Amino acid sequence: MSTTIEPAVRVETRQPMPSRERLEAIFHVESLDAIYGSKAAIKDVTLEVYKNLVTAIIGPSGCGKSTFIRCFNRMNDLIPSFRQTGTIRYHGQDISASNIDPVAVRRNIGMVFQRPNPFPKSIYDNVAWGCRVLGMKDRIDERVERALTQAALWDEVKDRLKASGLSLSGGQQQRLCIARAIAVEPDVVLMDEPAASLDPIATQAIEQLMHGLKSEYTFVIVTHNMQQAARVADMTAFFSISRGGEGERYGELIEYDATEKIFTAPSDKRTEDYVTGRFG
Amino acid sequence: MSAQGLTGPGLRLDRLPRRRRVNRLMEGLAWLSAAIAIAILGIVVFDVARRGQSELNLNLLTKAPINFSLTNAPQGLANAFAGTLVIVGLATAIALPIGILIAIYVNEFAAASVRNLVILVLDILAGVPAIVIGIFVFLLLVVGSGQSGIKGALSLAILMLPFVARTTIEVLALVPNSLREASLGLGIPAWRTTLSIVVPRAIGGILTGTVLAVARVAGETAPLLFTSSVVGVKTDWNPAHALQTIPVAIFELSESPSPQDHARAWAAGFVLLVFILFASLGSRWLVTRSHRKITGR
Repeated sequence: MSTTIEPAVRVETRQPMPSRERLEAIFHVESLDAIYGSKAAIKDVTLEVYKNLVTAIIGPSGCGKSTFIRCFNRMNDLIPSFRQTGTIRYHGQDISASNIDPVAVRRNIGMVFQRPNPFPKSIYDNVAWGCRVLGMKDRIDERVERALTQAALWDEVKDRLKASGLSLSGGQQQRLCIARAIAVEPDVVLMDEPAASLDPIATQAIEQLMHGLKSEYTFVIVTHNMQQAARVADMTAFFSISRGGEGERYGELIEYDATEKIFTAPSDKRTEDYVTGRFG
Repeated sequence: MSAQGLTGPGLRLDRLPRRRRVNRLMEGLAWLSAAIAIAILGIVVFDVARRGQSELNLNLLTKAPINFSLTNAPQGLANAFAGTLVIVGLATAIALPIGILIAIYVNEFAAASVRNLVILVLDILAGVPAIVIGIFVFLLLVVGSGQSGIKGALSLAILMLPFVARTTIEVLALVPNSLREASLGLGIPAWRTTLSIVVPRAIGGILTGTVLAVARVAGETAPLLFTSSVVGVKTDWNPAHALQTIPVAIFELSESPSPQDHARAWAAGFVLLVFILFASLGSRWLVTRSHRKITGR
C-alpha cells in the first residue's frame, strides 16, 4: 500500500470541522485527576477525543500536558507515587480501572516520546521487533516497508536497513520511532512533544506524516509550540496552571474546541492571552 | 560583582597566585596517587615474575606435582590449574544467573523500600570475610560428608553473588528509562522488555562485573582450605572430588622448605595475575565491541 503525503494544511484553508455530534468519540475523559504523591498534577479534566482527528494539547510548561497524555496508555503506572481518579473510557471501556491490563491498553494505544528513543537495534529490527513479539509474524518485510514509508523514512533508509537505528539523525530517529509505533497497527497514536528536539525540516516531515495518516489513526499530540498545534490539529485543548489554596499549583483544562476557534476566537480570556503570546 | 570590577585596574588579582599554587599542588597530588597505584601493580607483577622465573614454563601448566621428588624430573601444578578452572567455572555458573535475577528483580520490579533493603543485604554479604563463608559452608556441608569441588565452588559463589548482583543493579539502573518506555509503549509485557531490551543493553556492564567477581574469587584461599584442600597430586576434573586450586597450592608450597617449590608458587601466582589481566582486557574489548555494534559508531 502506498500513502501519499499531503502538504501541511494551514488553519486558514482547513476544511470546516464537522459538527461535534457527527464525530465519533474514541476517548471519554471524565473528571480526571492525576496525582503524584500528594500533589495534584491535573484536576478535573473532562473532554472527548474524536476518531481520525488530530487533537493537540497545548499549554505552558508544568500544566500537566504530558501527565495527561500519559494517562491514555497507562504510562504513568511506571511511576510508583502516581495515582489517578475519574475515568478514561476508550470505546466505552474504562481503561484506568485496576482490572485492565496496561499491556493490553498500550497494545491499542501507541506512543511516540519527546526524545527519539530507538532501540539499540538495526533500523529494520526497530520496526520488526515489536511486530514479531506481538505475534504479527506474517509478511514482516512488507510491514516494515509500509511503516517506514508511512513515516516518510523509507527512501532515506531502504539501502541501509541493517544499520543501527542510533546511527540516524535526530529527525530520522523520531520518524523511525513513529514507524515503530504504527507498524504494530495501534488504534491511537499518542505523541508527547514529538518535535521538541527536532529542527524545522524534521518537524515539518512529522507534521506532514500525521496529516497523511490520520485517516487510519487517531492522533493526540502534546506540544508547547502553538504554530505546530495550529498547523496539525483539528481539535485543540488548552491547559493552564491554576492556583489553589496553600500555594497549590495544578494543571487544568481551560478550553477545548476546534483548533480554528481556539486560535481565532477563544472564549476564555486565558486562552486568548496564551495564543496571542501575552502569557506563557 | 560589577562589570567594572572585571576589567582594567579593577581586575582582582589578590588571591590569584595562591589559587594557582593550590591548583598545581592538588594536580600534582592527584598525579602522584595515580602513579603510586600503577607503580605498585608494576612492582608486584615484576617481582612475582622474577621470583617465579625459574619455574615459569609450560611444565607448570601441563605436569602434575610429584610427591617427595628426589630427582629433578619436571613437575608443575596442572592439578591446581584444572581445579581452579573447574571450581571458579562452577562458582560463576551458580552466581551469575542468581546475581542477574536478583538485580533484575531489584531494579525492574521491586518497590523502592525493598530495593534499598536488598542492596543493604548485598553490601553486608559482600563485606562478610571469606573465611567466615568458608567455615559456614564447612559446617553446613563438609562436616560428615567430606570436601568436594562443588562445595568449594558453592562457597566461592556466595562470595561472588553480591558483586555480580551489585554491579548488575548499577548497570541496569544506567539503562535509560526511555528505552523501557519505548518497549512498554508498544504494548510489550514488562518481562519481555526486561529480557530483550534492558538486559542486552546492560550486558557489557554485567560482563565486566562478572569478570571482576571472577578475578576476586580466583585468588580466594580461605574458603577453599575448608572445602577443597585435602587433595592428591593427580590432575582431576571431577568436581565431586576435592580439587587442588592455585591459591591453596601457593599456600602449601610456601610452607615447603624447597626453594624450587617457592619458585613454583611465585610462578603460579604470576599465571593467576596474567589470567586476571587478560580477563579484564578481554571483557573491556567485548564491551567496546558490543557498544560499537549497538550504536553503529
